[in-house]
Amino acid sequence: MYVAVKGGEQAIANAHRWLADRRRGDRDRPELEVAQVGDQLRLAVDRVMSEASLYDPELAALAFKQASGDLTEAVFLLRAYRTTLPRLAVSEPLDTASMRIERRISATYKDIPGGQILGPTYDYTHRLLDFLQLAGAEVPAAEIREEVTEAEACPQILELLNDEGLVEQEIDDGSEPADITRDPPDYPMDRAARLQMLARGDEGYLLALGYSTQRGYGRNHPFAGEIRLGQVEVEIHVDEWDETICVGEIALSECQMINQFGGSREAAPQFTRGYGLAFGHNERKTMAMALVDRALRAEELGEPIIGPAQQAEFVLAHADSVDASGFVSHLKLPHYVDFQSELDLLRRLRREHAARQAELDGTRDTASPQQEER
Amino acid sequence: MNDTSRGARQRLLALSTRERIEACWTALDAVPAHRCVRGPETGMAMLKGRTGGTGNAFHLGEMTLTRASVALDDGTLGHGWVRGRDHRHAELIALADAVAQHAEWQQKLETHVLAPLAEELAERQRRDAATAAATRVDFFTLVRGE
Repeated sequence: MYVAVKGGEQAIANAHRWLADRRRGDRDRPELEVAQVGDQLRLAVDRVMSEASLYDPELAALAFKQASGDLTEAVFLLRAYRTTLPRLAVSEPLDTASMRIERRISATYKDIPGGQILGPTYDYTHRLLDFLQLAGAEVPAAEIREEVTEAEACPQILELLNDEGLVEQEIDDGSEPADITRDPPDYPMDRAARLQMLARGDEGYLLALGYSTQRGYGRNHPFAGEIRLGQVEVEIHVDEWDETICVGEIALSECQMINQFGGSREAAPQFTRGYGLAFGHNERKTMAMALVDRALRAEELGEPIIGPAQQAEFVLAHADSVDASGFVSHLKLPHYVDFQSELDLLRRLRREHAARQAELDGTRDTASPQQEER
Repeated sequence: MNDTSRGARQRLLALSTRERIEACWTALDAVPAHRCVRGPETGMAMLKGRTGGTGNAFHLGEMTLTRASVALDDGTLGHGWVRGRDHRHAELIALADAVAQHAEWQQKLETHVLAPLAEELAERQRRDAATAAATRVDFFTLVRGE
């Protein structure tokens, strides 16, 4: 039974007012602009978009600012906004091979067509705090190789391996993917639905699970075959013209993981694959996603299921931070009646326990001398 | 812009900023009056990825999308779509689509709007490529011993 509890209206209003005041901070300093967040804290913005499953940098920046930098809260805000919009179109599959590359590396081949392009990376930084930023030092503009007139083609590296048949091929069988935003997830889940859930999954959670496979809980011996970050054009088919058109471009991160061999009596051994794809610059997320995607293929590849990362229902049902924080947070809601009934039950159990104990002590007092005699 | 098809024009305007389109647009004098017959309205497009980049499609997530349809006074219809929530941007794309259907406007649109925007887009993409190229690794091998 639920009993309505009322009250606290004024307290809530004042709490929210205090929150807004805290968020604004010292009035002697200029207020943080949403555009500044989008411009200067873009990795936070990208993470919010990715886990909210809605690509809109401006709104993600707003959510981040509104949440005072709490990423999980910001994801929640943007996900909630998403539910207010109608779906106007479904895109053609994004062509990551034609990405305008900002970063592209391979840990499996040194010399690759298009080259190893580091892009704006934190890799190779010394992880020393930069006190010049505290002092507000001027930042020089990015170096430009002026003689470059156009981007060199960067083919997908795993396609190069395909020539020898050394790595399993990903071929489109034309099947229509499930959509977990329309149909509630159902287990066992096919890979397309799993990838959709992983793509919106919490980065920290996926990172921990991916890490667990490396530490032996479902080992699959991964190599970063290729990681690429950049801009990809979005195409939709429009009925008005009966044509496929470009409506803009978005930033994407992609990770192609190459993993140890699969094979069977019929099929020769070959490398298997794990895949990660996410909005914005989200390299760590895509690497973790690729590790977990591969781990979740254990059953399909006939591997023993020994680690948590290989258990699809466990992994997928707990990956969404909006779901998770919602259910954990609900513990803060008034449970006064619920708790009262637990108290009553506990008191009764303790009374009964005490009574049993007293009875037991009574029998023991009379029985023990006889026991000793025996 | 070499390719003057509808799709190419739509792409160019969707990849240009609203501010730049607006700025070029003012160079066109006496743009015909128009009214919006649908929208501008903002919704979402569900984006698909491909497993492994080449395999089966899956739903990656959504993005905001705005569309608009306009009609000129003579009834000519134009449509526009753009990523994001900028109503004016979608409306300008639709207006360009409508205007381009009139021979007397096509050339002006080409000269004052599409050509400069195409040049800017190409230059922006070239600079992006040149910036990325500056971070390309040149490997060299250290000779040891001897």
